[in-house]
Amino acid sequence: MRTIESPIVAERPAGFVPGPAGTHITIRGLTKYFAGWPLYESFDLDIPKHKIVSVFGPNGCGKSTLINMIAGLIPIDAGEILFDGKSLKDTKIGYVFQNYREALLPWRRTIDNIRYPLELEGMKKGDIDARIGELEQSFSVKFDLKRYPYELSGGQQQTASIMRALAPKPEVIFLDEPFSALDFEMTLFIREKLQEVFMATGTTMMLVSHDLEEAVYLADEVLLLTKRPTRVAEILQYRDARPRTVDTLSTPSFVAMKKLSMEIFQREVRR
Amino acid sequence: MSDSTLLATPVAPVAKPWEAPGPNDTLKAPRPPWNDKLLPVIGPIVLFLVWDLVVRFGLIKAILLPTPWNTLVALVTGLAGGPLLSDFLVTVWRTLEAFLIAAVVGVPLGVLLGSNEKAYRSVEFLIDFFRSTPSSALIPLFLLIFGVSDVNKVAIAAFGALLIVLFNSAYGVINARKQRVMAAKVMGASRWQIFKDVLIWESLQPTFVGLRSAVSMALVIVIVIVAEMFIGSDTGLGHRIIDAQQVLNVKSMYAAILAAGALGYALNVLFLIAERRIVHWSGR
Repeated sequence: MRTIESPIVAERPAGFVPGPAGTHITIRGLTKYFAGWPLYESFDLDIPKHKIVSVFGPNGCGKSTLINMIAGLIPIDAGEILFDGKSLKDTKIGYVFQNYREALLPWRRTIDNIRYPLELEGMKKGDIDARIGELEQSFSVKFDLKRYPYELSGGQQQTASIMRALAPKPEVIFLDEPFSALDFEMTLFIREKLQEVFMATGTTMMLVSHDLEEAVYLADEVLLLTKRPTRVAEILQYRDARPRTVDTLSTPSFVAMKKLSMEIFQREVRR
Repeated sequence: MSDSTLLATPVAPVAKPWEAPGPNDTLKAPRPPWNDKLLPVIGPIVLFLVWDLVVRFGLIKAILLPTPWNTLVALVTGLAGGPLLSDFLVTVWRTLEAFLIAAVVGVPLGVLLGSNEKAYRSVEFLIDFFRSTPSSALIPLFLLIFGVSDVNKVAIAAFGALLIVLFNSAYGVINARKQRVMAAKVMGASRWQIFKDVLIWESLQPTFVGLRSAVSMALVIVIVIVAEMFIGSDTGLGHRIIDAQQVLNVKSMYAAILAAGALGYALNVLFLIAERRIVHWSGR
């Protein structure tokens, strides 16, 4: 109803408040209704640049919906989302889906899946080959990229999905529960790869996770959300040095961070 | 006997102390299984045996049913340059013509309609209606339009096949995995790029299902319903079956029926092989 009365153009506030220095993504007045009920209402958020933000919250609070709206996969009812002041269409983004099976194109060989975003950009063949070579090196790929995705294991497919998302050197990468469909071994492997990539490139990342340990382990910021209508419950800074390792999981600062996140989460679930 | 053993079983352990199973007891190595590749042949062999016995014992008069051997000989000699061959080829040609028309028109049209769901919904009723209308009911209509010509035989078969192709291709696009479309979209693909790089590929598998049913449909219409039996024709397998039946040339009739069956089966297998080759990702 509201959206009809007040079209998006009018919604742009006169006094647009920019985020603090180092903000990458600015979200202002984000409003989204689902079946007539507000999921997000006048939601404001600043996502910092060159950081990994883990999104965590109760079931159905719209964690994935939030990053899908930022990535432009789900339309918003009102509000504004800017990347360094630019709109989405002037911004290069990467996206890693939970369900790699339905995210890769099975009629293309794995390598051609990774090439696809570069082809879409109109990049020259030689440049694409060079970029693929770089990616292969940095991921130390040990499987045959000439195979079709369905011939690879789940972890290999998800590795390929991440390579595809990284190929065009995006400003932001969105990861929607990228580990949920993987076994434990592969989860560890891809978690380390993501951390390496992040340390090498500093690409801003937004990670949705339903595993608190995972969320904290990779994060510079843990974004905790409330039940719907969703608001920011708390944003926790986690400053342990990278690379984080298995040992990090038992350091007092990690344990304290996880405990605090858990307390806030439980408080929000019970509310 | 089975009753008595069943009743006796619970008592047995009490009566007899347990013994370690000897080499010749129940723990025998499992019998070597049937060679699985032979299994599909069993049905036809049994059919031919029963058929042979039925003729041998005179359960059906020989004038109505020749022996399987005689029929097979008639089939082979007929197809090896006999008159059956020319009728066979005519039917193959008409079927392929009808099928090609259906495919060339149906696939692009179906994909286009499917990519615009509103367009598809607006013609959905028409497609479903004519898909449900028996082709034979349309014979008089097609006779009016095309007359008693070879064009007519092909036209009505093409029409029947077209609707199947159209329907399957359109649904293939409509039911394309949403996530693959989203993945392409998030990589910055335009609507046209999504169409040619994702939607068309997604629709391939259902399109093949459509093409396979369509070729069977075209064959059925060409042979039986329309072209060669009802409308009248001097050529084709359908004409041959009817003609042979009229003069009680049963050997020739059964040979033509077998030829028609073999043709339909072969077309289906050909399409399955092509589908597996082209839509290699299907079901994986």
